[in-house]
Amino acid sequence: MTESALFTIFVVAYLFYLGKSLNPPYPREVLEFPWLGSFFLFGSSATVVVAEQRLKKGDLGGFHLWWLITALMGLGFLIYTGAEWYHLIYHDGLTLSTNLFGSTFYSLVGLHASHVVVGLILLTLILVASLTGNIQHRHHEHIQMISWYWHFVDGIWAVVVTVVYIIGMQS
Amino acid sequence: MANSTTPLREIGTELAPAPPGHEHGTLTAWIQDLIFTVDHKKLGFMYLGMGWLFFIAGGILASLIRLQLAVPNNHLMDPESFNGAFTMHGTTMIFFFAMAMVFGLANFVVPLQIGARDMAFPRLNAFSFWATFFGGCFLFLSYIAGPGLYGTGAAPDASWFALAPLTSRAFSPGNNIDYWSLGLLISGVGSITGGVNVMVTIFCYRCKGMTLYRMPLFTWLVLVTMFLVVMFMPPLSAAQIMLVLERFFGAKFFEAQAGGSPVLWQHFFWIFGHPEVYILVMPAFGVVSEVIPVFSRKPIFGYPMMVAATVMIGFISAGVWAHHMFTIGMDSFSVTFFAFATFVIAIPTGIKIFNWLGTMYGGKLRMEVPMLFCIAFLFQFLIAGLTGIMLGCAPFDWQLNDSYFVIAHFHYVIVGGIVFAVFAGFYYWFPKATGRMLNTRLGLWHFWVFTIGFHLTFDPQHFLGFLGMPRRIYTYQEGRGWEFLNMLSTIGAIIQGIGALIFIINMFWSAWKGKIAGDDPWDAWTLEWTTSSPPPEYNFEEIPEVRSRRPLWDLKHPEDPDWKFE
Repeated sequence: MTESALFTIFVVAYLFYLGKSLNPPYPREVLEFPWLGSFFLFGSSATVVVAEQRLKKGDLGGFHLWWLITALMGLGFLIYTGAEWYHLIYHDGLTLSTNLFGSTFYSLVGLHASHVVVGLILLTLILVASLTGNIQHRHHEHIQMISWYWHFVDGIWAVVVTVVYIIGMQS
Repeated sequence: MANSTTPLREIGTELAPAPPGHEHGTLTAWIQDLIFTVDHKKLGFMYLGMGWLFFIAGGILASLIRLQLAVPNNHLMDPESFNGAFTMHGTTMIFFFAMAMVFGLANFVVPLQIGARDMAFPRLNAFSFWATFFGGCFLFLSYIAGPGLYGTGAAPDASWFALAPLTSRAFSPGNNIDYWSLGLLISGVGSITGGVNVMVTIFCYRCKGMTLYRMPLFTWLVLVTMFLVVMFMPPLSAAQIMLVLERFFGAKFFEAQAGGSPVLWQHFFWIFGHPEVYILVMPAFGVVSEVIPVFSRKPIFGYPMMVAATVMIGFISAGVWAHHMFTIGMDSFSVTFFAFATFVIAIPTGIKIFNWLGTMYGGKLRMEVPMLFCIAFLFQFLIAGLTGIMLGCAPFDWQLNDSYFVIAHFHYVIVGGIVFAVFAGFYYWFPKATGRMLNTRLGLWHFWVFTIGFHLTFDPQHFLGFLGMPRRIYTYQEGRGWEFLNMLSTIGAIIQGIGALIFIINMFWSAWKGKIAGDDPWDAWTLEWTTSSPPPEYNFEEIPEVRSRRPLWDLKHPEDPDWKFE
C-alpha cells in the first residue's frame, strides 16, 4: 500500500506532464516497447512460482535451479534497462534535466528499477543462504514473502509499461 | 516476540553475571539499554521524550516569533531569521513533536490494550524510532550549517509547506531546503515503517476473544491513523524526492519555465498534508474516547457509530486536500467539490462530539485533571471545527486565506485539541507507565495556566485575521489596529510557556516523588490496567482472554459482566 502510494505520485506526475514538454526529445520519438525487458521480468515471476513449488515439495535442487533462473532473469531485465538508458542518454540526448518527459520518465522508471535492484539483492541473499544449506522446506513461508515482493515489483512494471510506453508513446 | 537483551534487573545476579561495564545501575548500562532496546514500552518513552524535547525547541521558536510581533516595527529578528523561525516552528511541531506523541502513545499503549507482549516487529520498531530521531536532529543541524554560529545557519525558511518555485535552486540557493527535504525523508521512513508495524500488530496480535469490535477505541483510532500514515506519507516522500532531484540533478518537476507546474507541488503536498492533520488528531480522539468514559463512569455512548465515524473520517480526509488551495485559481467545479467534501467531513466529526457528550450525560463525572483537559478539548475542538467549516466556504477563504484567521484555526485544532488531549493522555497513563501519579495540585495549576494562556494567545488571532493581518510577516506598521491584539497574543504565549513548564516540572517531580499508583488508579476497564504499574517487560504473564469491550469491568464485576449484554 505504501509503495503503491509512492509509485502513484510518480505515475501522476508522468501522466500530468505528458505532452507538455517544451523541447524534444519526445516519448513517441525515442521510446521503443520493452518486449525483451518485459519478457525477462514477467517470466521471472513465473519461474519464481516454480521455484516455490519445488521448495514446498522438498526438492531443494529444483528450488536452487529455478531460483537462480529467476535471479538471472531479473538481472537480464536490469541489463536491458541499462542498455535502453545508455541509448537514450548518449544517442537521443534525453537526461533527467532535459525536459519534463526526461524528469518524469527517469524518476518513475528509475524508482521501479531501484526496487528491482533491492529484489535482486534479496533473491541473491536467499540463493546464497540456500546453497550453504540454511534454507529448508520449513522456510517456505518466508520464501513466499520474498516472492510476493517480486510479484509486486512485476505488477508495478505492468503499470509502468502501460503508462510510460503504451500511453506515453501516443505523444 | 521475546526481548533479545537480558533484562536490566537480572544483570549482576548469579544467573547472569554482568560483563564489565554493564554492572547493574551504571550509566553505561542504562545508555546501552536505551540504544539497543526493542521493547515497545521503552521505545514509547523514547518517542515521548523526544517529542517533549522538540516541543521545547518549537516552543522557543514560537516565543521568538511572538516576541518579534508583540510591537510594530520590531527589530528583534531580521526577516531571514523570522522566516527560518516560523518554518522550523511548524516543521518541528508537526513532525517531531506531534508525530512523536502519536507514535509514542501508540507504542506504549496499544500492545497493552490488545493483550500482546510487544509489537509485531520489535527491531523494526527500534529502527523507526531512531530514523525519526535522526531526521529531527538532521533538521536542526541546519542551524549550524551555512553561516553557522555567526547567523542563524541554514535553517529551512520556505515555510513548512515549502511551496515551489520558492524552493527551487534559483530562489533558495543555500542548503536550507535540502535540510528540510532530507530530514523529513529520513523521518518519513521511520513513520511509514512504524505505521506498518502498528497495523500488523493490531491485525495479528490481538488476544483471544478480542474481535475488532471489542478493541478499545484508542486502538481503533490508532489503527485508522496508521492506515492514513502508510497511505499518505509516501506522497510527501515522493514530492520531496522530486524536489531533491530538481535541486541537485536539474530535473524539471515544478518549474514553469520548462512547462512544469508549481501547483503540482501543492497538490502532492496537500494530498499528504491534509491526511497528516487527521493522523495527528485521531490519536487525540482516541485518548478522549478512553478518558471520558472512565471519568463519567459510563461506557462510551455509541461505540459502533464511533468506529464507523472514524473510518468515514479516514476515507473522506483523502478527498478534501484542495481546500488548502482555494486561492490558486482552480476552476469552480473543483472548488465546489472540495468545499462540499470539507463540509461532509464535519458530519462524522460532529457525531463523535455528540457521542462524547452523550457519554458524559447522565454519568457520574469525576473532575480530575485528565477529565478537565478532555472537557477543554471538547469546547476548543468544537470551535476549531467551526472555524474550519467557515474556511471551507471558498469565498470566505478567498478573503481569509494566509491570514491570522487560518493560524488561529489550526492552532485551535493542534494546541486546543491535540495538545490538550495529549496532556489528558499523560495524566491518565503516566501512573501506568511509571507507577506514580502525576501531582494533582501541579496538574490543576498546569491546566488553568495553560488554558488561560492558550485562549489569550489564539482568540485574538481570529480577529487579527479579520482585520487583515497576513501570516508570515516579520513585522507590521503601527496605525493598523493590530497592536493591542498582537500584544495580548504574545502575553498569552508567555503564559502558555509557563503552563508547559509546570507540566514538565510535574513529570520530573512525580516520577521521583509522586504518589504510588497501583495497578488501576482510575478504576478503568481496559486491559492495560490489569498489569502492574509499570508493567513487567513481558506485559502479561498469561495472554488474557476477553469476552467484551470492557474486560477489566468483567473481572471486577463478575455478577454483572458486559458480555451478558453483547
